[in-house]
Amino acid sequence: MDTQVTKLAFDGGWEYAPAPESTDHIHIDKQYELFIGGKFVVPVEGGYFNTVNPATEKKLSRVALATDADVDKAVAAARKAFNGPWSKMKAAERGKYIFRIARILQERAREFSVIESLDGGKPIRESRDIDIPLAAAHFFYYAGWADKLEYAYPGRQPAALGVAGQIIPWNFPLLMAAWKIAPALACGNTVVLKPAETTPLTALKLAEVIQDAGLPPGVVNIITGAGETGSALVDHDDVDKVAFTGSTGVGRSIMKSIAGSGKKYTLELGGKAANIIFADAALDQAVEGIVNGIFFNQGHVCCAGSRLLVQESVADEVIARLKDRMETLIVGDPLDKNTDIGAINSKAQLARIKSYLKIGEEEGAEMHQSSCPVPDKGYWCRPTIFTGVAQSNRIVQEEIFGPVLAIQSFRTLEEGLTKANNTQYGLSGGIWTDKGAKIFKMTQGVRAGVIWANTFNKFDPTSPFGGYKESGVGREGGLHGLGAYLNLES
Amino acid sequence: MSAVKAVKTTALPDLSRVTPVDEVGVHERTARFQTRSIKTDSKNAALKMILSMIDLTTLEGQDTRGKVRQLCQKAIHLHDQLPGLPYVAAVCVYPTMVGVAKKALGKADINVASVATAFPSGMAPRHIKIDETRIAVAEGADEIDMVISRGAFLQGEYGFVFDEIAAVKEACGDAHLKVILETGELSTLDNVRRASVLAMHAGADFIKTSTGKIQPAATMPVTYVMLQAIRDYYRETGRMVGMKPAGGISTSKLAIHYLVMLRETLGNAWMSKEWFRFGASSLANDVLMQMQKQATGVYQSADYFSKD
Repeated sequence: MDTQVTKLAFDGGWEYAPAPESTDHIHIDKQYELFIGGKFVVPVEGGYFNTVNPATEKKLSRVALATDADVDKAVAAARKAFNGPWSKMKAAERGKYIFRIARILQERAREFSVIESLDGGKPIRESRDIDIPLAAAHFFYYAGWADKLEYAYPGRQPAALGVAGQIIPWNFPLLMAAWKIAPALACGNTVVLKPAETTPLTALKLAEVIQDAGLPPGVVNIITGAGETGSALVDHDDVDKVAFTGSTGVGRSIMKSIAGSGKKYTLELGGKAANIIFADAALDQAVEGIVNGIFFNQGHVCCAGSRLLVQESVADEVIARLKDRMETLIVGDPLDKNTDIGAINSKAQLARIKSYLKIGEEEGAEMHQSSCPVPDKGYWCRPTIFTGVAQSNRIVQEEIFGPVLAIQSFRTLEEGLTKANNTQYGLSGGIWTDKGAKIFKMTQGVRAGVIWANTFNKFDPTSPFGGYKESGVGREGGLHGLGAYLNLES
Repeated sequence: MSAVKAVKTTALPDLSRVTPVDEVGVHERTARFQTRSIKTDSKNAALKMILSMIDLTTLEGQDTRGKVRQLCQKAIHLHDQLPGLPYVAAVCVYPTMVGVAKKALGKADINVASVATAFPSGMAPRHIKIDETRIAVAEGADEIDMVISRGAFLQGEYGFVFDEIAAVKEACGDAHLKVILETGELSTLDNVRRASVLAMHAGADFIKTSTGKIQPAATMPVTYVMLQAIRDYYRETGRMVGMKPAGGISTSKLAIHYLVMLRETLGNAWMSKEWFRFGASSLANDVLMQMQKQATGVYQSADYFSKD
């Protein structure tokens, strides 16, 4: 098939006019304090840092910087709430509070969506249709478990752990907060949560929701800051459980620092998932899966399908279809309802992605980017694919966390499987074939926590999520997610 | 358009090589087209484009010469209060009404399309289908909308269906041939894709979803699969084939979703009446209503738009 002579034209002609989501209905304070003991309090050392809109590079707000003393206060507040009302409350009552958070989130979904897109750069379509509804769904789901823990673990006496220190990333700020807070509360723990320094706003708005829901003071505390604040929380003596989502490097240092402390932990780390496409797959839908796998949320997804393994006989065809599809992706203003790919989350992340583009080219891989225009201001990266890469290329081995796909081909099922598993990670994978037997064979062989068949990036609160190898320890979500916040040994 | 010479294929293609279709994935993608937000200038341009792509249709057993003349009058005078409106692309009628339509449309740049080949069932011997096609063309039809033999297709008699389309194409002469797959009877999207490939290789100038007599008629998933088949055929042969979803598209909003789907699947080269049509009877008035609203800011009652 000659793809050069019969090129489809997607530019010019009928274009979509700007369709920006209104921001009139939201309010962002000039400055945010720390949420400790049910109140917003000024940080002990009085430090603040800015959070910016990555699409405009403009400052959105100033946020308190929590230091060791603030972490102390937050953990003490959480401990007091745990010893006080929370652990003594009837489980059904606890559930009611969580249901209330879920309902308020649903009511304020539009506001949360806009703030999530402003602060993090993700397209409004995604924050509106995925992040916020899914965050509410997690609260709803775990609210239901609160008074049914004995049924989840028959014959055992599940008990809360105490204070959970939770550190979440910047790629799905509110959703990750929900993943962490909902099961912790359902199991009767209290929480100190630290959002990422580039995306603190929806967590702080969640603090307002928690106030509105009338949770007893100290059950949920939200402190903002960067890595140092996080390590102070992890290292705090009075924290019983550490839950972290983020990079493998930080995960490794967390494991080191809590070794021997008796703290329970779950770590949800990096990934380098392969989408594996067989010749008999529904190729057009597989291409959608590839696009969804790597360009969803600018590729800032730990379970992103950042590697494509495509069977030799259809490789050219799939790549041609993929290139056409990439031309129709709209990169730009995250608040525009037609935007498919928003802004890269931060200047630092953009620099990291660009360094990998350079590495890829220097290693001799062939880079292709879509031709769409990008705004002048802000942090942007066009959807990018690399062909002509081998297992030994760094862009195949290392997590880039951007809209960058490395494409390889394979001949036999065994070769596909070997390549898919030949990575330090094991978070997710995608299998595309019309044959059920092949799906089973592959899902048994791929060592990854989540494997999707003929789809990708599907999430549901009932389904556990977590990694093999350097992708993490423990599971979040579903019934499995409860175990991470319970003591089942008594 | 590329400068490649169209490759004419007359052999029945190997349908087992047609890529499979995953229905869940198709539905997901078509839902995504519907989240595109089309506003202001973009919407105005879309509404005009939709009008220009309409095949204004009357295909009833009770049709009369008078009814067809009324329809042609409407085709020429969509809504004279709004200046600068395009004509619809064509008026679509039964073969016996082609002459009437032709005369009523006069010099206006509006084609006459005629259904033929024992529409809507297609249950007639081949020579009758060919005669019917010839008669419609002789009466002045610019376009022929034929139906495929669905029974034969579903039985796997692909050669029979292929030969029939090729024979009707020959009978068409210079008239454009639209091949109706009647997707509502083909049961799977895989069948829709195979039938599309077959029809294009047999010589279809357009492929069309439905007769409008069977439910479901045109749907976005079915149209999407057909558009993808057109894209693949274009890549393979360099020949552009048109697309006509017909039946069930009665609102501007839905028609705009179709344009989005067209744009993001085949690109801008297909975005004209030469390559895309809506087979519809009530869509035009809804588009006119929307245009009036865009122009004045308020909706007018349906009674302000002529119903023919």
